[in-house]
Amino acid sequence: MDVAKNPAAYAKRKRASSIAMGLCIAAAGIGLGWLILILGTLLWEGFGGLSVAVFTENTPPPGSQGGLANAIVGSLVMTVLGTLFGTPLGILAGTYMAEYGRYGKLSMVIRFINDILLSAPSIVIGLFVYEIMVARMGHFSAWAGAVALAIIVVPVVVRTTEDMLNLVPNQLREAASALGLPRSVVIRKIAYRAAKAGMVTGVLLAVARISGETAPLLFTALNNQFWSTDLNAPMASLPAVIFQFALSPYKDWQALAWVGALIITFAVLALSITARTLASPRNQK
Amino acid sequence: MADLALQNSGLSSSASVDRSRVLTRFKFGDATFKYVTLGSAVTVLILLGGVIIALFEGAMPAFRAFGIGFLWGQSWNPVTEKFGALAPIYGTIMTSFIAMLIAIPIGIGTAIFLTELCPPWLRRPIGTAIELLAGIPSIIYGIWGLFVFAPFLQSTVQPFLISLFGPIPVLNAVFAGPPYGIGILTAGLILAIMVLPFVASISRDVFETVPAVLKEAAYGLGCTRWEVVRSVIIPYTRVGIIGGVMLGLGRALGETMAVTFVIGNAHRISASILQPGTTISATIANEFTEAVGDVYTSSLVALGLILFVITFFVLAAARLLLLKIEKRTGG
Repeated sequence: MDVAKNPAAYAKRKRASSIAMGLCIAAAGIGLGWLILILGTLLWEGFGGLSVAVFTENTPPPGSQGGLANAIVGSLVMTVLGTLFGTPLGILAGTYMAEYGRYGKLSMVIRFINDILLSAPSIVIGLFVYEIMVARMGHFSAWAGAVALAIIVVPVVVRTTEDMLNLVPNQLREAASALGLPRSVVIRKIAYRAAKAGMVTGVLLAVARISGETAPLLFTALNNQFWSTDLNAPMASLPAVIFQFALSPYKDWQALAWVGALIITFAVLALSITARTLASPRNQK
Repeated sequence: MADLALQNSGLSSSASVDRSRVLTRFKFGDATFKYVTLGSAVTVLILLGGVIIALFEGAMPAFRAFGIGFLWGQSWNPVTEKFGALAPIYGTIMTSFIAMLIAIPIGIGTAIFLTELCPPWLRRPIGTAIELLAGIPSIIYGIWGLFVFAPFLQSTVQPFLISLFGPIPVLNAVFAGPPYGIGILTAGLILAIMVLPFVASISRDVFETVPAVLKEAAYGLGCTRWEVVRSVIIPYTRVGIIGGVMLGLGRALGETMAVTFVIGNAHRISASILQPGTTISATIANEFTEAVGDVYTSSLVALGLILFVITFFVLAAARLLLLKIEKRTGG
């Protein structure tokens, strides 16, 4: 009706729509383009420096050649330890919330607190671990770094474990209970098995998250110029070395920082893609 | 009832003594497992309590020395041991403000593109790409900002801004030179890129909760695409969008590494956003290991406590809003 009476108004509405939609496409283009630009620069700057020496030699003093071996190993050690500490706690807490207290008040409160811990600033976690471990023990240590990373792992694992267990159909549990299995066996043998893919995904995502974390390591594990596997001493880590080297005035160090950044990014992307393929519906039976 | 379980456990079910023993063991195991999980769940609660208590304890010497005035003290002088949090708080709020100013429209625009305009076969790849980018460590953004973005801003954008706003009274103070490259504006822009994937993916998720019937009804009435977005989708998902934005804000406020590289770490409040400044997290990251003396260290912990309290409220508000929209779609 309106169209027939007033074609100009119709054209105006159409024009407004095209402009707004054009802006949305531009927004998506800008966002994605920008991020692609960052990854492109990373590849460009980091790829040239990639060599065997990076994985076999330790971090050099300024002005000489070297690699990132001690930092890579330090990162691996602390990531593994952090995951080992954090995962069981996260899975058990998630189990309680999904299996025992699904509709309870306690679970509601924990869910809320957990979601906040999930996005709490990681530097505050670093300060916390400094206060409870480093200040008491009197020195920086890889243990403290691992604990800080574990605290970041916990909320991620709690969240995914709970979500995945909630997806397990109740009929499965009822059938197992009807056969006379005690509750704990039902959970461990039936519910965990059905939710396994999702729970593994959660752990992988947590590992991806902590392998790039810098802020909580700065004043827990500190850094170390040399090869060290002593968990009671400061330990190097890739992010901390990148931080130190990138802000230095030396060209060699800056080049190594780019290589380190490239390694971390690939590791994190590989972990997240693995996690995603595991979680995709095709692989869940 | 427990016969099958008994057989599974490989014990003979003939003797009733065995049977009762196994049953007791099951009962014990059951209770143990339940309490272990309960204990772990409570540990998560204790963790948050522990963070607050430990930070509070660590911050006490600073608050004792400077009182509540620490919050708006302007000096930051390790030599005279006079510390105030105003400059870092200002920097944190200002960089986050710039970041949200840019990330909200671009993020929501991207989400509209993904749900309304994008051809279906492209939807998943782009959506996944955005989620993957949300997982890239912040130090990557930091190093890119320092070596690529800051020099670019210094040589092109900042001189342009300075000359553009030079003759305009108020704006020439906001964009006063010289162009350093690093500074509040650069940090805000880097944060915007970081927060963008969060805002985009959450907005997309809440846009997808709009029932197709509502949209189809609006199209049926002859609405244009933009009118459907503006008068159906956005009003329906307003709460969720605000929740997503707050979640992004929480990230921006607490972000450390991306900012530390490009903020310049200068403890002052300048009217110009082109000048170096500092944020709470950058101050802690830069100075904590070098801090000498109780008051200095404690002042940094106090900054951490302030940051934690601010992000706690922002994140709590975000979660409550998102919970609201979840309930609506669930029920």
